[in-house]
Formats: sequence, structure tokens, C-alpha cells
Amino acid sequence: MTDRQRQIWIDRAAVTAAWIAALVFFFPIFWMVLTSLKTEGQAIQVPPLLIFEPTLENYLEIQERTNYFKFAMNSVITAFGGTLLALLIAIPSAYSMAFNTTHRTKDVLMWMLSTKMLPAVGVMMPIYFLAQKFDLFDTRTLLVVIYAMMNLPIVMLILFNYFREIPKEILEASRMDGTSTFNEIRQIVLPLAWGGIASTALLSIILCWNEAFWSIVLTTTDASTLTAFVASFQAPEGLFWAKVSAVSTLACAPIVVFGWMAQKQLVQGLTFGAVK
Amino acid sequence: MNPTLVRWLQAPSVILLLVWMIVPLSMTIYFSTIRYNLLYPERTGFIGLDNYRFFATDPSFGPALINTLVLVGSVLVITIVLGLAISILIDRPFRGRGIARVMLISPFFIMPTVSALVWKNMLMDPNNGLFAAFSKSFGLEPVEWLAQYPLFSIILMVSWQWTPFAILIFMTSLQSQDQEQKEAATLDGAGFWSQFWNLTLPHLARPISIVLLIQMIFHLSIFAEIFVTTSGGPGVSSTNLTYLIYIQSQQAFDVGVASAGGVFAIILANIVALFLIRAVGKTLTV
Repeated sequence: MTDRQRQIWIDRAAVTAAWIAALVFFFPIFWMVLTSLKTEGQAIQVPPLLIFEPTLENYLEIQERTNYFKFAMNSVITAFGGTLLALLIAIPSAYSMAFNTTHRTKDVLMWMLSTKMLPAVGVMMPIYFLAQKFDLFDTRTLLVVIYAMMNLPIVMLILFNYFREIPKEILEASRMDGTSTFNEIRQIVLPLAWGGIASTALLSIILCWNEAFWSIVLTTTDASTLTAFVASFQAPEGLFWAKVSAVSTLACAPIVVFGWMAQKQLVQGLTFGAVK
Repeated sequence: MNPTLVRWLQAPSVILLLVWMIVPLSMTIYFSTIRYNLLYPERTGFIGLDNYRFFATDPSFGPALINTLVLVGSVLVITIVLGLAISILIDRPFRGRGIARVMLISPFFIMPTVSALVWKNMLMDPNNGLFAAFSKSFGLEPVEWLAQYPLFSIILMVSWQWTPFAILIFMTSLQSQDQEQKEAATLDGAGFWSQFWNLTLPHLARPISIVLLIQMIFHLSIFAEIFVTTSGGPGVSSTNLTYLIYIQSQQAFDVGVASAGGVFAIILANIVALFLIRAVGKTLTV
């Protein structure tokens, strides 16, 4: 066998192995979606059914018999609200840091990141009491604030990296023309950084949407998000596999799609900009 | 921009994060030094380090600490090794590569409570689950995963979610590897392993250390997976520190002891954070 032939065989084996890995990793998701299309009886059938007549009944029933819509709205409001608040705070700061970098800028950014390392369980009691005291327990406002603060450091860092890529000459030219700072941000920086801001928002939404600790600890009924709603199915009486699967599929679908779209920014955001 | 404006623009984020950090942190430290149990509101007063002593001598503390370390350590080894192997496997052109990539990274975007439920019910359930069906078809007794191997089951779930993270990072990093260098090495007759050790691994050194540290930060505070599947049991066999602290506050209502545990978790996370911040700092060019 020549080297060339050997290389072809190695490549084929590698591709086969890659596909096997892909199928194995994707399988639980596939199985969840499949189960959501079965009747409750089919869902727990032994041996498991692979071929059956799919039904959308579960999807209809969870809309009618549970408060699915309320929890979904809570997730949407807290994830988008938290992200919006974080962006509102971060954009001016990151902007001024990127264009007025001093010897302290790096330290400030690193310090901001270090607040992200504070484990939630370490500050659980104070947050709990503060929430009670300000009458914010089990409200979406509380989750919006917490999610904003939780993601602020990452949002700052990514935006800082984006803003720094804007050529300074453009800004200097506009300043010569006497543009005010507000107009500078609105007319020059935002349009140029728009892509960066959008993908930062996407990353932040993903992180908020999947957040489980605070939503379980700080909500009971009113402000519960989908993560907490799904967690409530852990009890044995909640064993309606087909319906749980339908809820889960609906809860995950938008975020999985967002995730596929934002792969690149995710890498940057999740590694705090260290891998691009 | 004039300096005053710069300060005004930066003030909100700095002040808010400072408050977000200082206020809860000092409250936790304060709570950890006083008698504070919601069931016995009449008991008050400063008690020094007694809460810490109580937390550390709790018979659940030792197992919880060991579980935490085993959980973090095993998941790290599994995700890094599998992540490396798989990202190298798909780092070549083939038909359907985009789809394979998407399939591989998808588990990372599944919310933790959903992944816990899918594994607990549809896969690991000893009566109706898929794994049980497999065992039976080979004539074996089905395994009661969550009862017999609770910690291992959780390691499996978390690894399933986080290997995609490692793949995503390594895959991205491999794309920036110098292809000409690799081709030259191939022409020089360097085999796969020699290329792996001498070119690929050094290239991935930094991403690997970043993935290690970030995963450590996240895995030290694993909560939802345990909350949904085993509730820390049977006994304390799958209780980690985060879950133990949660139990102290939610079931024993002991704010003082839970806060002492919280301080302990903060210290543990900060040891890791120190290294992470240093690694990230090196890459941030200002």
C-alpha cells in the first residue's frame, strides 16, 4: 500500500469516527424530539418504539393544560431584559475604555471579569434577603437585574474588543468636524459595531435563557422561567415523558438555533476573548 | 473626549459591579460570623468561627468536598480528551462537515434542567429507559444508574454537555493552525503522533488551559443537574459543595452555616480564578 492510499484510508476512518461521535452526541436530543411526537403510552413502551405515527397532540396539550406560555414569556422577558440592561450599561463604558485606554484599563477589565468568578451559592443568602426586603422576590425585575449583572463583565469585554477594532482615524475626522460625543456614538460607532453588539447580545441571551440556579432559588410561581418550569417536572408525579419532551423541545429549540448562529462570538465570549 | 466625560461614561458599570460584588460579599461574611437560624430567631450574637467549624465538621462536608473534586476532575479529563480527539477528527474537509459540527456542539445549548430530565427519564430509567432496554436485549439486568452510580451518572450528563464546549473551542483554534507547517511535516515523513505532540498540542496549549479553567469555575458550582436528578442522594453520594450549601439554607434554614459554606466556596473558586485571570490577562492586549 502506498503512502497516498494509506492517507486515504486514514481519512476515511477519521470521517467515519467523526460521524459516529456526532450521532452519539446528538442522539439524546434526537430522542427527546422523537419522544415529544409519541403518545404517553408509546413514550414509555418497552422496547422503545422507533417507528410510529407521529402526533402533535403533546404540543397542543401543554399549551392548554399548563402555563407553558407564561413561563416562556418569563424566559423571553428576563433573557432579553437582562441583556438589554447589560448592553445599556456596557456600551458607553466599553466605548470610552476602548478609545481612552490608559494603563489602568486592563486592570479594570480584569477586575470586572473576576466578579464573574464569584460562585452564586456564595452570595445566595444575601441576595435572597435583599430580594425579600425590597419586595422583589419572585419577580421578573429581580431576574432581569441579576442576569444583567451576571453577564455585564463578559459583555464589557467583548464589546471592548469590538470597539477597539474601529479605526481611530474615522473618529478623529468626525471630531474635527465638531461632532458631539453623543452623535459620534450614534452615527459612527454604533453602525460600525452593530454586528459585534448583535452577537454579544445573542451570547448574553443564551446564557440568561439557560441559567438555572437563580431562577430555581429566587422564583416560586410568578416569575419562574422555563429552566425552573422544566425542573418542576423532576417529581415522580410529573412523569409524563411525552409532554415533558414537548416542553423541553420548545424550550431548547430557539436557543440551539441561536447557538448555531453565534458560534464564533460564543468562542470569544466564553473564553473571555482569549481564543478567537 | 474630556476626562470628566470619560469618567461619567465608565462610572455606571464600575459602580454597579462594585456594589454587586461588595454588598452581597460583605453580607455573606457578616452572616457567617453570627448566630442566624430562621427557625430560632431568638438566638443571635457574634460567634466568631463557630459556623465554619460547624460546616466543616458536618459529616456531609467530607463526602461533599470529595464528590466536588471527583466530579470536577473526571469531567475535565473526559471533556478535554474527547474534545481533543473529536476536534482533530473533524479538522479535515469532508461532505456534511457542517452538519456534523452542528450535531456535535448542540448539547452545549440544551438547558441543564432539560438535559438532566432527558438523561434521568428517557435514557437512564431502569424500567422504561433506553439503556435498560439495551441491557435487556442482551439478557442483562438493567442498571439503576441514579441509585447505583449516582455520581458517575452526573459525571456522564455534565460531560455530555461540556465536551461540545471543548470541541467548539479546540475546533476554532485548530482552524488557525499553520497548515503549511503541517504539510511540510507530512512531507518530512512525520507521523500522526509526532505531528500531534510537536505541532498540534503546542498550538492548543493555551486553549486547553483556558478550557480547563473555565470549566473548573462552572463545574465547582454544578447545581441544576443534581437538583433535578438525584437531589444529592442516595444519602450524600452525589452531593457537591454547592448542593450541600443549598440544603443547609433551604432545609435547615441555617443562614449562618450556609454563609460559612458560601465563603468556603468563594475561596475555592478564587484559587481557580486567580490562575484564569492571569491566563486571560496575558492575551488581552491593551
